[in-house]
Amino acid sequence: MEPFKNVSSIATPFQQANVDTDLIVPSRYLKTIKTTGIGEGLLYTLRFHEDGSPIKSSVFHQPLYANSAILLTGPNFGCGSSREHAVWALREAGYKVLIGTSFADIFASNCYKNGILTVTLPEDLVNELMCAAVAGLEMAVNLEKQEITTDEGRVISFDIPLARKDYLLQGLDEISLTLQSVDNIKAYQEERLQHLPWQSFD
Amino acid sequence: MPLTTNAKPQPATLYDKIWQQHVVDMHASGGSIIYIDQHFIHDVTSPQAFDMLSARGLPVFSPGSTLAVPDHNVPTTARELPIKDALSKQQIDVLKSNARANNITLFDLDDVRNGIVHVVGPEQGITQPGMTIVCGDSHTSTHGAFGALAFGIGTSEVAHTLATQTLVLHKSKNMKVTVNGTLPDHLSAKDIALAIIGKIGAGGGTGYVIEYCGETISALSMEGRMTLCNMSIEAGARAGMIAPDNKTFAYLKGRPSAPDAKKWDAALAYWGYFKSDCEAVFDKEITLDASEIVAMATWGTSPEQVIPVTGRVPNPYDFDDIVKKDAALKALEYMGLKAGQKLSDATLDRVFIGSCTNARIEDMRAAAKVLKGRKISSTIVQALAVPGSGLVKKQAEDEGLDVIFTDAGFEWREPGCSMCLGMNPDRVGPEERCASTSNRNFEGRQGPGARTHLLSPALAAAAAVAGHLIDVKELGE
Repeated sequence: MEPFKNVSSIATPFQQANVDTDLIVPSRYLKTIKTTGIGEGLLYTLRFHEDGSPIKSSVFHQPLYANSAILLTGPNFGCGSSREHAVWALREAGYKVLIGTSFADIFASNCYKNGILTVTLPEDLVNELMCAAVAGLEMAVNLEKQEITTDEGRVISFDIPLARKDYLLQGLDEISLTLQSVDNIKAYQEERLQHLPWQSFD
Repeated sequence: MPLTTNAKPQPATLYDKIWQQHVVDMHASGGSIIYIDQHFIHDVTSPQAFDMLSARGLPVFSPGSTLAVPDHNVPTTARELPIKDALSKQQIDVLKSNARANNITLFDLDDVRNGIVHVVGPEQGITQPGMTIVCGDSHTSTHGAFGALAFGIGTSEVAHTLATQTLVLHKSKNMKVTVNGTLPDHLSAKDIALAIIGKIGAGGGTGYVIEYCGETISALSMEGRMTLCNMSIEAGARAGMIAPDNKTFAYLKGRPSAPDAKKWDAALAYWGYFKSDCEAVFDKEITLDASEIVAMATWGTSPEQVIPVTGRVPNPYDFDDIVKKDAALKALEYMGLKAGQKLSDATLDRVFIGSCTNARIEDMRAAAKVLKGRKISSTIVQALAVPGSGLVKKQAEDEGLDVIFTDAGFEWREPGCSMCLGMNPDRVGPEERCASTSNRNFEGRQGPGARTHLLSPALAAAAAVAGHLIDVKELGE
């Protein structure tokens, strides 16, 4: 995984509750065996009419937010389906940080595995950042310092478990790290199957 | 390694106990390495995971702990014909070749055991109390009905499970949902699930594992318990679970992958450990009175937007929360409904009885009971009955249910995920309205522009007859 780098960008304000992963990527874009080429489907119905013409009023078509790497979200963002395609599509569109009041568990985990930072903040602070984003202000996200700084100089700090922060900053590979414990896993499995013989493989 | 079932010094919940038993090691990233007993894989979320293994030059760690079941893209029409959609075919073919190359058992389309993976696992007796079970599908929570810790994972975690037979996890919080009292006659687990989601919201369970307790839950069949646990994710909880009891053990006995007679007593003794201690502390507790639950249906585009099927669509301006108000306004527009109108006033185009939520034999029976001697409304364009597995289909046919469905005007199909998410040709058209026993009424879920009303199998059958949403009780002779 690529190490997480600090981000300075305008943020896209997207204050909608319970944005589900079907909305983030409709199921017809899941018919792929790759992790790329999914960005086209990102929030498709919010960006395009049924006939494929763009919805010009969509926040995702505003030139102001064209190069945004930060998405400000409503509560329970990423709920529903476990499809990691939702995260791959966001990544493909250039989003590196998501900031909101709450993220669905599986979605947040998928973000983390792909080096995308999810920042959970109280509602008033998210609203404040939404206002800054609507006003077209840039903001900087510094993971080392655990701070978001707006163009106006407002500094908002956020929590993240230390180990998770290191993991993102170093761009570590979770599978490789786990395999450092491979002997323990093998011993565990062997003992478990010995104790629970009905679970052993025929 | 805590494999014995000695009493713990600290009172523990069912979730705590399964967690404690499966901790292998600590991970460098700060999480716990949790051993996974059973991994299910399907056609949509696993191809990229096998690529992630190849990229690292890693083999599948424990093929015997893995079962492959194509279900999402599967056509529900004649199985022997080639799959027309090239992309659907590709995903199924890749699943097959990955399974073959890695010695993973596959229930192929011509196997009577094929079906929706969350119907198949329990049906085969693979799903057992005290296990950890994962699948790249959020409705893996279904398996929690057996007192297993079961949850959906993304594709990176599918790869991690394939490569290590473990996952790196941070422990969730414990939530207890207690339902006491007698559920009114014509209601089912689906109504309970929708009532709970209506109460706590689509994000109410985020960060928690839910344990369902109480006399109403005990009274549910295993099928009903699976429906309830299945919908846990729609309340935001990654997993839902129910402590195993004699009903659980009776369901398992004699199934192909359940412990055989020689090992049965030892298994039973082990399974008995998996219940929350009386003094166990939950981080959050919710209580419902089953006698107050009524027949439920969703009106909006989130499962939390749910009301009694006989009710009126709420007025968005009655919501205090501005975000909920905006969501309601958007939902009404999308659903083509007006504030204050009776839910039963909207005309339906399609009816879908199926999905991992409601495609088990009990669901088919409940729908057939309503349909017997009746015809679906002439205004219904299509009514689909899609059993959850080849074995459910066979059993239903042995009981003559297929004839009841087809006599009423339903199409009786082959098993698969089908119209729940429309990855196969079964879709709801733009602005068409569908009464569906599935789990998600999200925008575009059943097809672009599709309008979904979630409800129970009995209510879906009644809706098919009436041509609109209706309480079974109000259906005339």
